Amino acid sequence: MTPDAEAVEPGAEWLRARRAGAAERFATTPLPTDAEEVWRYSRVAELELDDFSPRAGSGAVAVPANVQQTIDATGPWSGVAVAIDGRLVSIALDDDLAGKGVIIRTAGDADEDTVGRVAVVGVDAFTELNAAWSAPVVVQVPAGVVVERPLLLVHWLGTDGVAAFPHTTVVGGANSEVTVVEYHGSADVHAFVDPVVELDVGDAARMRYLNLQDLGDRVWQIGYQASRVGRDASLLSAVVALGGDYARVRTDSRLAGKGGSASLMALYFGDGGQMHDFRTMQDHAAPNTTSDLLFKGAVADHSRSVYTGLIRVAKEAVGTNAFQTNRNLVLSEGASAESVPNLEIETNQVQCSHASAVGPIDEEQRFYLESRGVPTEVADRLIVLGFFGEVLERLPVRALTARLREAVADKLAGRRGRLASP
Amino acid sequence: MSELAIAGLRVVVGGREILRGIDLVVKSGEVHAVMGPNGSGKSTLSHVIAGRPGYEVVAGSVTLDGVDLLALPAWQRAHAGLFLAMQYPTEVPGVSLVEALKEALIAQGRASGDVRELVAAEAKRIGFDERFLTRPLNVDLSGGEKKRNETLQMGVLQPKIAILDELDSGLDVDALKAVSRRVEAATSETGLGVLAITHYTRLLRELRSDVVHVLRGGRIVATGGPELADELERTGYAGYEDSADGPVAPPPADPDPFADPLA
Repeated sequence: MTPDAEAVEPGAEWLRARRAGAAERFATTPLPTDAEEVWRYSRVAELELDDFSPRAGSGAVAVPANVQQTIDATGPWSGVAVAIDGRLVSIALDDDLAGKGVIIRTAGDADEDTVGRVAVVGVDAFTELNAAWSAPVVVQVPAGVVVERPLLLVHWLGTDGVAAFPHTTVVGGANSEVTVVEYHGSADVHAFVDPVVELDVGDAARMRYLNLQDLGDRVWQIGYQASRVGRDASLLSAVVALGGDYARVRTDSRLAGKGGSASLMALYFGDGGQMHDFRTMQDHAAPNTTSDLLFKGAVADHSRSVYTGLIRVAKEAVGTNAFQTNRNLVLSEGASAESVPNLEIETNQVQCSHASAVGPIDEEQRFYLESRGVPTEVADRLIVLGFFGEVLERLPVRALTARLREAVADKLAGRRGRLASP
Repeated sequence: MSELAIAGLRVVVGGREILRGIDLVVKSGEVHAVMGPNGSGKSTLSHVIAGRPGYEVVAGSVTLDGVDLLALPAWQRAHAGLFLAMQYPTEVPGVSLVEALKEALIAQGRASGDVRELVAAEAKRIGFDERFLTRPLNVDLSGGEKKRNETLQMGVLQPKIAILDELDSGLDVDALKAVSRRVEAATSETGLGVLAITHYTRLLRELRSDVVHVLRGGRIVATGGPELADELERTGYAGYEDSADGPVAPPPADPDPFADPLA
């Protein structure tokens, strides 16, 4: 697993240099421990990196039929890229978009200044590891171009013991518009995925991003998502986490241009022994910027979840509006959720709020529905789906809403709740 | 002909005996008013019949057409034909009225037609704005709208017996007339029996009642015709001192744990 600075993967010269540099830094960067605040409550101590190898992939070139069906049923897509066991196997893009200069490709000679601009290296050992192993995929929408239907990137893990390092760089040019969906799924394998996503939203651009985490029960995920929102730009970024053994996402969103806004959302639902772990940063660096975070989760059986978030408002970011809401339903006695919101504000003229809640299904709500003749189990399903409703309704791809509701209902009923993974 | 029969009902909440022996029978088509001041046990009576958690029945029975309601979970009491219109209907974020009623009817095997149409027809009948039908239950509704919403659900579910807990609170006079007309219509159309729980006589000026009971200190201290409500209007509850006012009787000792539960 340990990357070797002398024997990096092939690619453009700058990319090989980047890999070698990351490999060297990784060699001297200790893995984090839960003594660090941003890893508190995590299960990082349980991770055995040596169980996995990025070279363990089977060489498969197609996703399983049920995954393909889900892709087809939730389209149409403007373009689809598929990676299996960390290796890109296909890319398709509508001709008319290609004609307008829209790009999806493996990072090459021309992408040196694009990759790593938003997700800067050195966040922690896992982003170094990603930089050492990844073959980044670049999605670029030129200034003024509107991509009407979403683009899809599929990341499938099909082999036991594989480690994958997806890196996606999305660049929306000034006044462009695009929706990108990333799907992470797996067979029932023991695997590790360390994904990095960077979203660069140009001035006055509109970007919507949806991350669907649908991994199997034995997959570990330690992910990093970084976004930079330009002047008068808007970003809607959402995560839906249903799968994984331990699945973590750190999200850093930087409001870098005056008047920019970011809406960050998550829906997570753990059961069995799963753990979902979210760390967020709303970083206001420019005046009159807005960020609105809504993370809603549920934990069943003996699953756990963690949310910790920070709103940071720099001195120059006057006129900031920043909101942070994290609510958690604890559906069984053995389950638990941590919720730790935080504010760090260096200027006065701001409007900030944070709210957090952890608790069981409201008994009054349940009794109200029961007193109409709704059976307890059905009442609970309505209440939980209602709880997630405000996230589901705002997700970028409406065609997925019904399937996600089904997946949530399946989890509640003690069945396996996923979009497509077995 | 249906019959809700409450016999010798004694209920303890948080170690205090709130209902101290209630006997009451409501039959199809009848409207019974239970009137009483604050703290007399009115809300406890409605909640315990409907099956709200947190109440301990220490003696007595509640049956609907012979079915022991106290042995059933709340939703099965509704299936047995009981409906509770709540004093403070609970907000249920993200769950619409149509969705909830559809599930209630499905559970009873009665969701044959288009539930939305059924609900829309009822809404029209009591002047409930149709735009509320798909919005989250009771969220951002005024007090009056909530009560119309409760009455609407009663109309759709067609229970045998409805308990109306302070249906008049928060209602303007037009809404009070509308919900009262709807309840009265149900008594003749579907033979609904009504137990209307209220503090004030205002509801009874709109809702014709056959029998009026006065509840004080957890007991029914007077029963009469509609004229009893008129008298209360003039004299207030002061004339109905509970004979057992003063120190509250302790709850009965624990029953013998080895006794035959069916005896």
